[in-house]
Amino acid sequence: MDIRFDKLGVVIAAIAAYGAYVAPFAIFRANRIVPGEPRSILEALPQPLGPLLLVALVAAGLVALLKTPLPVRLLASIAALASLVLLIGIAATYLTPEGNTFARVSPASGFWVSIFAFTLLLADGLTRLQLSPLGRIVALALAAAAISWLLASGRWDSLSILKEYFNRSDVFWSEAQRHVTLALGSLAGAVIVGLPLGILCHRVEALRAGVLNVLNIIQTIPSIALFGILIAPLGWIAANVPGAAAIGIRGIGVAPAFVALFLYSLLPVVANTVVGLGGVPRAANDAARGMGMTGWQRLWRVEFPLAFPVILTGIRIVLVQNIGLATIAALIGGGGFGVFVFQGIGQMAMDLVLLGAVPTVAMAFAAAIILDAVVEIAATRRPVTVTA
Amino acid sequence: MIEIEHITKRYGETAVVDDVSMVIEPRTLTAIVGTSGSGKTTLLRMINRLVEPSSGAIRIDGVDNRSVPGPQLRRSIGYAIQGNGLFPHRTVAQNIGTVPVLLGWDTARIKARVDELLSLLQLDPAAFGPRYPHELSGGQQQRVGVARALAAGPNVLLMDEPFGALDPIIRTKAQEDLRAIQKRFGTTIILVTHDMEEAVHLGDRIAVMDAGKLVQYATPEEILANPASDFVETLIGASDRPFRLLSLGEVRDAVEPGGAEGAAIDVDATQRDALAELLWSGRGAMPVTSGDGKVIGRVTVEGLVKRAARPT
Repeated sequence: MDIRFDKLGVVIAAIAAYGAYVAPFAIFRANRIVPGEPRSILEALPQPLGPLLLVALVAAGLVALLKTPLPVRLLASIAALASLVLLIGIAATYLTPEGNTFARVSPASGFWVSIFAFTLLLADGLTRLQLSPLGRIVALALAAAAISWLLASGRWDSLSILKEYFNRSDVFWSEAQRHVTLALGSLAGAVIVGLPLGILCHRVEALRAGVLNVLNIIQTIPSIALFGILIAPLGWIAANVPGAAAIGIRGIGVAPAFVALFLYSLLPVVANTVVGLGGVPRAANDAARGMGMTGWQRLWRVEFPLAFPVILTGIRIVLVQNIGLATIAALIGGGGFGVFVFQGIGQMAMDLVLLGAVPTVAMAFAAAIILDAVVEIAATRRPVTVTA
Repeated sequence: MIEIEHITKRYGETAVVDDVSMVIEPRTLTAIVGTSGSGKTTLLRMINRLVEPSSGAIRIDGVDNRSVPGPQLRRSIGYAIQGNGLFPHRTVAQNIGTVPVLLGWDTARIKARVDELLSLLQLDPAAFGPRYPHELSGGQQQRVGVARALAAGPNVLLMDEPFGALDPIIRTKAQEDLRAIQKRFGTTIILVTHDMEEAVHLGDRIAVMDAGKLVQYATPEEILANPASDFVETLIGASDRPFRLLSLGEVRDAVEPGGAEGAAIDVDATQRDALAELLWSGRGAMPVTSGDGKVIGRVTVEGLVKRAARPT
């Protein structure tokens, strides 16, 4: 039989082999801040699950390595990922001594590397499947449902990150809400201000370079420096404008975090609006004017619909960027998932850092997939290519 | 009737259109010819006020075109441009319905009008109405562009190089269609082109522009016979002149009594086509048939050559 290798599969198999056989699967710590002891798959799992997982990973690795049919590859990656996430929970329960609430078990590099390898296989398979935008959103929803089920079923309860969560379950959700409010609120503000500003920059050429340069400069200011810069003016406003303090405007806290995120968001929104409107075919614009559309009619009926996919791409950039950036709001008491990250760093507790980081990454990832799909739908519904 | 009176457009110190006056008779096709930068497009765009003149006035049917707001004026004047300027995000039917929608027609009336225009331009309404412009060929896009310009039944149609992007075969067809439409609706058409051939072929009158000035405004015959300046003569092209002159006349005007051998030519063909056919087939004369196929006489090389000479 003719055996042929899959190019990406070679890389995936190599990574998976390292993750399964060389790197530790889980880390055991007597308490949350002492250095951990690595455990291999065979040590971390009760018999016969350890050897079974190894066999399963080898099988999935082989599927990746060789040229195999697409459904087999998808199935293998999903099976490998499912067994990994299920068994890490079992490993945590198995490694934790009965009744010991101080011990911590967390996934180690081997687990993450294996997850990465098979996610790569899954992503490659999904790409080859060429899912429609709606299909991608459905796939995302299925993955989210699977993870929610795992969390709700209690199979991961012994993992260190969830132990951190249980200690902070009340604050977790309020910080999550704060995080989303910061990211989406500043995005909304940026769209409300940035769209008209972008339209203005498009129409008034004299404004364009100036506005975009100022926004570019703002974009280059490091976030910490921007917080520092904002303390003085916001503090002054709070002290001197009646009612400002009452609605939460202060030198530190949510207000400067919100303002900083808003300022960072402006550039992508304004720049993409300008680029999108600039990309409207000249002939279409001229025809619209020549047929008697007023300035507003031209904007709403011709320019804006044609620029929409590009503007939406700007909004996608902002949303993903803001979900990540909102973590630093915690530095100045703005709240959000950053609270756990910075507490964790302060306490040398990596699990706590992960409690802040993992939801942030997951949210950014989901936002990227959803908005990419929306951008694609918008772009195909409004074809912009013109052939002569 | 469109009266253009001492119209001037200046950008800074330079006058792109310099004191142009002309009268365009209703239900005629006027071609404005010139090289790029001659101000021909600016002149056209001042008629529907896409460009506001620096001085002078334009009256359409006796009414100053500044008496109504620009957008309102433009809805009453058809406008078609090179590269057709179709809206890529709207279907063919929506594109054609643009001005009727702006004018607030009801849906049924718009649909009826769109279907009528598509049929007129030999596009099946059911098949083409729901398509997007990028799904059409260049010639089809151009026809939709013309349909869109005619949608609200304007008395005046402005066209800026409407056939510029078409290949020669489709262009000839499009020119014939335009002539047919003009006859049918009696629309006053003003067409900007850099192609003297097109101007001679389509125009009832030709306006030649050079460096912002109107150098000659006359019938094609007059322009060919008595070019007002060296520039006009260059534009005509000295070597093409006799053939352009012949292309203006139909065979019916050159028929002589008698018969001839070989393939016949239709009485509606141009004299240029007849001469070309004679030269190519190496004959001195050929029979002429009327529409029903009956031979009514002949045309001769000798007779045609006389007609190709400069009129006196």
